Amino acid sequence: MLLEVDNLTTQYGSIAALRSVSLTVAEGELIGLIGPNGAGKTTLLNTVAGLLEPATGSVRFKGEDVTGRAPDAMLRAGVALVPEHRRIFVDLTVVENLRIGGVTVPAKEREPLLDEMAELFPVLRDKWTTQAGFLSGGEAQQLAIARALMSRPQLLMMDEPSLGLAPILVDVVFDLIVKLRDQGRTLVVVEQNAARMLEVADRAYVLRSGELVVEGTGAELGARDDLFKTFVAGGDA
Amino acid sequence: MTSLLQNLIDGLGQGSIYALLALGVAVIFGVMHLLNFAHGELITVSGYAAVAAFGSNLSWWLVAPLIIVVSIVTSLVIERVAFSRVRGASEFTQLLTSFGIHIIVSAVLIMSVGASVKTFAEPPWIFDRIDVGPLSLEKFDLLVIAVTAVTLAATTWLLQRTTFGLSLRAAAADFDTARLMGVDSDRVIRGAFALSGALAGVAGIFWLMRAGNTDPSAGIDPMLKGVLAALIGGLGSLRGAVLGGLALGVAEVLLRSQLPSSVAVLTDAVVFGLIAFLFIFRPQGLITVQHAERV
Ligand SMILES: Nc1ncnc2c1ncn2[C@@H]1O[C@H](COP(=O)(O)OP(=O)(O)OP(=O)(O)O)[C@@H](O)[C@H]1O
Ligand SMILES: [Mg+2]
Repeated sequence: MLLEVDNLTTQYGSIAALRSVSLTVAEGELIGLIGPNGAGKTTLLNTVAGLLEPATGSVRFKGEDVTGRAPDAMLRAGVALVPEHRRIFVDLTVVENLRIGGVTVPAKEREPLLDEMAELFPVLRDKWTTQAGFLSGGEAQQLAIARALMSRPQLLMMDEPSLGLAPILVDVVFDLIVKLRDQGRTLVVVEQNAARMLEVADRAYVLRSGELVVEGTGAELGARDDLFKTFVAGGDA
Repeated sequence: MTSLLQNLIDGLGQGSIYALLALGVAVIFGVMHLLNFAHGELITVSGYAAVAAFGSNLSWWLVAPLIIVVSIVTSLVIERVAFSRVRGASEFTQLLTSFGIHIIVSAVLIMSVGASVKTFAEPPWIFDRIDVGPLSLEKFDLLVIAVTAVTLAATTWLLQRTTFGLSLRAAAADFDTARLMGVDSDRVIRGAFALSGALAGVAGIFWLMRAGNTDPSAGIDPMLKGVLAALIGGLGSLRGAVLGGLALGVAEVLLRSQLPSSVAVLTDAVVFGLIAFLFIFRPQGLITVQHAERV
């Protein structure tokens, strides 16, 4: 297993936003993580990425216990996160954002990676020296993903990459996710758009109120109407 | 007209020193959101290092680089001993820590070398003047302006062109996200303190040359000027800090020369009054950091 999360509990103060969550990710898998607002999806990804310290439980990556490591150490270990709301550096240019993404990569390997990103994200190539704050929502999301890829992660986690995008751009993001999976990358993707996610995911986990409620292949879960009722009950259509 | 130009250049000389101090304050504020009231201690400690060096008959040419080194090391030590322990604490705690550092440094100096003022010789050319047409310019001012220009150019290069500079800018914009990208927080913070120390060191050379002495509370004045200039410029902005420093220097020199001599001694008070006025009308300082972020 590439990633093993075991009985993870994360708290904000005394309130547990994640309760004894366990999941596994094998190399090359595309894992969907779905659930209503406030389910703890972001908390889970942020804990794995090292931004939050778990109260109990463990995170193992490539067999090694990496629980509680700092975010930069997790990145060096091979885990990258495209954070919720993208959080690109708006005052830096597009290429500077990418360079920061590749800050852990030796300098001479960074330039070929930049070429690779220019090829994978043609919209960015034309805006190379534009200040990132002036990008459109779709461009900014692609920059956020490209920036995370610059570290050559073995596991790429994305937190709601399609949030706030026009439908046509949502298509672009999903096409990209599939393309990255087909390149053999390992991905964990949090999505509000559950039906869409289940179509492409190899496996998916459903979180609700901080707990894992169901796990299964994308096709299995996609066929279950009751799951979608869970979302309605959770306040999300 | 001539006297105005004369004052302007004198003011830029004075303001250059403030600009370097303010830039050091702004670098630390940018990365740590800490208004560093201990910044002046770098000059206090450098001053005592200068006293010791002159005691062993070193010349200004050797003392000048020594001051920069001492300032950088002091900055790193202060980070290690004090600020690294309150990282993640509230901004208020960090602010109090910076005051505490000032108090402790003064106390240690008073106990070890005494409270008296220690003097050393200014360089012999310090009051030499060069006539350029109708202007009579101080050699000292010209040197300060030139060295500051070079220092600012080097700092710009460091921030814009190196991986460290990029990491520093990213960390200043969004520390957590920078860490997610692999930026090592310890390294970037230590780098910021080293840079801030180097800038204070360059400023300290000229500050000490002018003063010709030091005492345990010698750091208060440069700290106030640096912090004020950074505030005038708008705290998040490095460019603003430099402009704030230059503006403060020019304002001081103009006031001192234009005010009747009975009031001129109150220059500092008048400057503070003007700054208070500025903050009433532009609480964000001269330069506002522009964010073009879309939600
Ligand atoms: N910084 C915080 N401090 C306190 N509580 C928080 C914080 N962040 C999140 N929470 C709470 O933790 C719970 C889980 O939040 P989380 O952001 O992980 O959910 P999510 O599944 O990502 O939701 P969304 O779909 O809205 O992004 C929620 O009840 C939320 O209110
Ligand atoms: Mg979320």
